[in-house]
Amino acid sequence: MLEVEALEVGYGGIRAVKGIGLTVRDGELVTLIGANGAGKTTTLKALSGLLRPSAGRVRYNDRDITGLPAHELVKSGIALVPEGRGVFARLTIEENLAMGAYIRRDPDVAADYNRAYTLFPRLAERRKQLAGTLSGGEQQMLAIARALMSRPKLLLLDEPSMGLAPLMVQKIFETIKAVAAEGVTLLLVEQNAKLALELCSRGYVMESGMIVLADDADSLLRNPQVRHAYLGE
Amino acid sequence: MDIFLQQIVNGLVLGSIYALVALGYTMVYGILGLINFAHGDIVMVAALVALTVVQLLSGSGLPPAVVIAAAMGAAMLVCIVIGVTVERVAYRPLRRAPRLAPLITAIGVSILIQYSAALVWGKQYISLPELLQPTSIAFGGAQFTDLQVYIFLLAAAVMAGLLWFIKSSRIGRAMRATEQNPDIAGLMGVDTNRIIAFTFVLGSAIGAIAGVMVVLYYGLGHYFMGFMLGLKAFTAAVLGGIGNVAGAMLGGLLLGVIESLAAGYIGDLSGGVLGSNYRDIFAFLVLIFVLVLRPSGLMGQRISDRA
Repeated sequence: MLEVEALEVGYGGIRAVKGIGLTVRDGELVTLIGANGAGKTTTLKALSGLLRPSAGRVRYNDRDITGLPAHELVKSGIALVPEGRGVFARLTIEENLAMGAYIRRDPDVAADYNRAYTLFPRLAERRKQLAGTLSGGEQQMLAIARALMSRPKLLLLDEPSMGLAPLMVQKIFETIKAVAAEGVTLLLVEQNAKLALELCSRGYVMESGMIVLADDADSLLRNPQVRHAYLGE
Repeated sequence: MDIFLQQIVNGLVLGSIYALVALGYTMVYGILGLINFAHGDIVMVAALVALTVVQLLSGSGLPPAVVIAAAMGAAMLVCIVIGVTVERVAYRPLRRAPRLAPLITAIGVSILIQYSAALVWGKQYISLPELLQPTSIAFGGAQFTDLQVYIFLLAAAVMAGLLWFIKSSRIGRAMRATEQNPDIAGLMGVDTNRIIAFTFVLGSAIGAIAGVMVVLYYGLGHYFMGFMLGLKAFTAAVLGGIGNVAGAMLGGLLLGVIESLAAGYIGDLSGGVLGSNYRDIFAFLVLIFVLVLRPSGLMGQRISDRA
């Protein structure tokens, strides 16, 4: 579904991603783990069109999508739940969801609001409230629900657990699992390596802009290097 | 005659015109953080285009309403083209430049439009041919004309329509989303360049309506008229809270009323030293007071962008 080759991304002269390759197959749950500043978020920004890669190639369903802007990519089925959630604080919850469905003109949108509210009853109670008044966890729910409104085939998730209480993290991960069960392909970036590897089937480990390990999630969980560096053992 | 009531009526009419022009400043500021100093000059072009159309059609025997509609249509069209072109050519290349660069560019564009208009229309005042004979209406000690009523009602209708559009339409929602976070709006599938261009379309079209109103109201046009009108409308936008659409409307109406009241009483207050031609002082006193005491304006944003 997604093939990345020799991808390089930089911010004003600094190369944050230095030629990485990765693959996500249809229906797979793949995670990209690594320390702060390893280049994970930059990778996702490039894959979702927020940043233009300086070199390399991205293919999606056998189509070259390298360097396409975000508003084009979402139409082809790639949605990003950005780091820090990025909800529209001065739009209501309902309006945020409507923005998620911006590209859609089909009549099923109405049903998808209900799906979002069923998935997150907390949002249903607050649908007329400004998103800026929600707690961090609720905003994360909204960000995920909003991304799903575009009916993505590939969902990119950037640090969904960041800054959330353990109970909320658990809840968010349960939701992600439910979303994956519906057949959405996932690429998850996480600092919480243990949670991510337990959820996903395969993983990549990123260190200072490069992918240093790629393996099954189970093998990575048993890998002494990974256990030492990312699982705190 | 009741000066107070009379000046309130005059002020509301004048203020509704300020409000329409202020919308163009505030919408562009909201989405780009740019003060489009050329906006007043776009309004000026609308006024001069309308004058030309009225002059061309004045001998044709068409009913005045048709002539005015044609003038307004032509003015809107020309202004939309200019607004979108200015955005595309002058502002878009500077989108990621430091804030001072687009600001100075805007001043440059303003001068460019002024002197282009001077080339086309000359530097003399152009007056409106005999077109309307406004009828006077007396109301509780004040007098106003049906023209004033039409101007106020049209302005109110445009403002109500715009508020509805921004609140309830798909594009309006995309405008608000782009204003809050263009990157995330892009992730939702919004082509933010198109939304920004559309904002200029809206602002220019509404400014054009205001320009035609000025011509009908004062019966005069001049290549430099956009300067003072623009500054006052900008003041109105700041008074209401720049970036806030409802604020621009409120600020425009308030500024019109303040200015008219001041003009009505300035002679008495200064013992006859200052005449009503000093009215412009008040708009800028308001600007200074707002900037010093409440820079975010009456309806400025209080919820932060970062949740």
